[in-house]
Amino acid sequence: MNRWSERMIEAAIRFSGFVSIAFVVMIFLFLLTEGHALFRVTGLTDFLLGRNWHPISTPPQFGILPLLLGSLAVTAGASMMAVPLGIGTAVFIAEVAPKRLAGILKVGVELIAAIPSVVIGFVGMVLVAPVVREFFSLPVGLTAFTGSLMLALMSMPTMVSIAEDAIHAVPRQYKEAALAMGATRWQAIYRVILPAARPGILAAVMLGIGRVVGETMAVMMCTGGAVAIPSTLLQPVRTMTATIAAEMGETVRGSPHYNALFAIGIVLFLITLIINVTADLVIHRGRRDSP
Amino acid sequence: MIKGSDTMVNLVMAWAEQFRADHWGVLVGVTGGGSGTGIAALINGSTDFAMCSREIKPKEVEMARARGVQPKEYLVALDGLAVVVHPDNPVDALTLEQLSAIFSGKIRNWKELGGREAEIVVLSREVNSGTHVYFKEAVLQMGRKDRHDEFGEEALLLPSSQAIADEVAGNPASIGYYGMGYISARQKVVRVAQDNRSGYFAPTAENVVSKKYPISRPLLFYTNGEPEKGSQAAEFLGFISSARGQAIVLKEDFVPARSPDDSAAEEKEP
Repeated sequence: MNRWSERMIEAAIRFSGFVSIAFVVMIFLFLLTEGHALFRVTGLTDFLLGRNWHPISTPPQFGILPLLLGSLAVTAGASMMAVPLGIGTAVFIAEVAPKRLAGILKVGVELIAAIPSVVIGFVGMVLVAPVVREFFSLPVGLTAFTGSLMLALMSMPTMVSIAEDAIHAVPRQYKEAALAMGATRWQAIYRVILPAARPGILAAVMLGIGRVVGETMAVMMCTGGAVAIPSTLLQPVRTMTATIAAEMGETVRGSPHYNALFAIGIVLFLITLIINVTADLVIHRGRRDSP
Repeated sequence: MIKGSDTMVNLVMAWAEQFRADHWGVLVGVTGGGSGTGIAALINGSTDFAMCSREIKPKEVEMARARGVQPKEYLVALDGLAVVVHPDNPVDALTLEQLSAIFSGKIRNWKELGGREAEIVVLSREVNSGTHVYFKEAVLQMGRKDRHDEFGEEALLLPSSQAIADEVAGNPASIGYYGMGYISARQKVVRVAQDNRSGYFAPTAENVVSKKYPISRPLLFYTNGEPEKGSQAAEFLGFISSARGQAIVLKEDFVPARSPDDSAAEEKEP
């Protein structure tokens, strides 16, 4: 009886494992079947390196270079702000702050995750964009920088809670040994705890970046949506996700525009895949290095 | 189900409300998304009416026919697109040629138009909006098929007419466009001339009907084939073209498609 239920549970767990893999494979196959037809109309280099995105003109042009660079600019900007801030917050919560304050901070940061992205987008558009415009004396406040600010905020909960868990998981003896040997608190954090928690912190950073790359609504509302190749962060840009969201409703199933949006989906999928695989490799290497 | 042009959503909702009040138990669902969205939904069979603020494109007719859908067109109202700037902007009248140059990025500073020294911030709707397509054809390409002007790459593509209204109200260097229904005191309406010789006209109902205002357009419904006589769809179309239906058009800040006594719906094959 016991062994029978054991086997049942094992089978159920194995099944759920396979189901999630099957979903990923099926989604990728779906993207491929819907997206590949574009390449009958447009070459791969014209698609990836084309500078003109005029999907509804005659003849249409499907160059996603401005969109790729738009996504890149917003992601880079958001990472530059969120990574130091996120890791700093995690260290503060896990190591420095008194228990009560740490508890309040942790709940506060996690509350950010509960704000719907459309609300964050609205705040960015109505409150932050005019401030950005005034502060940098720009012609318009809906820029990659504005989007980065909002996205940095949105990726904070993911980064902070995972990084904080990783820091917490470092055995207490490491810290105690370091302090016993005369290290200051900062030296213990910087030299002992952070290196020991490195794989977890990297995972936190990667997952945070993954969140930024895939975010759609807030970015669509804050970045202005201009299909231009950005030379600074203070220009309006259009990301790949915003393009798919804004244009999918209009397309007729099976038209080149429809295929092009799915082809963008493939590019996005590959980018997140690369991020995740890199994170995985880094984490495993980190494990082997650590004692 | 009625789906399509965001410009027409408020108008069609007003029609649907009155129609529901007259016909107890009839359900009419109205959603926006853009004219292209409406046509796509008609072709995919997920809506009964597509509301469209531009005429259906030959390519769309072709795709519809390939899927066994025969789009039929009904003129339900007229609309003028207003070009708006911030109230503090001294520029208040432009020709179509100047507008074309502004929106395609050839004129970049208000100084070139007699305004202040400031970079022009061009605001447009997303490409899934019928307003975007109509503005491109009627203003950027000035209605000529041989011109292929596109919006300048600096043009900001905003997701709704309301977003354009808000940005124009808050940004002294911006210029945008939207349906006449969105005109408010927070923006200044620019008078527009066909060319240097013709006069400048404001987007008023009078100027749209007399065709003096150059950026005005038809608002259309498309169905799959002609709706059966006596069906709810046919009754709804009848209601729209009735005097009561057209009175609602005026109330919603659009321009009636016909004089009130003419009750037969105008039909033509696309």
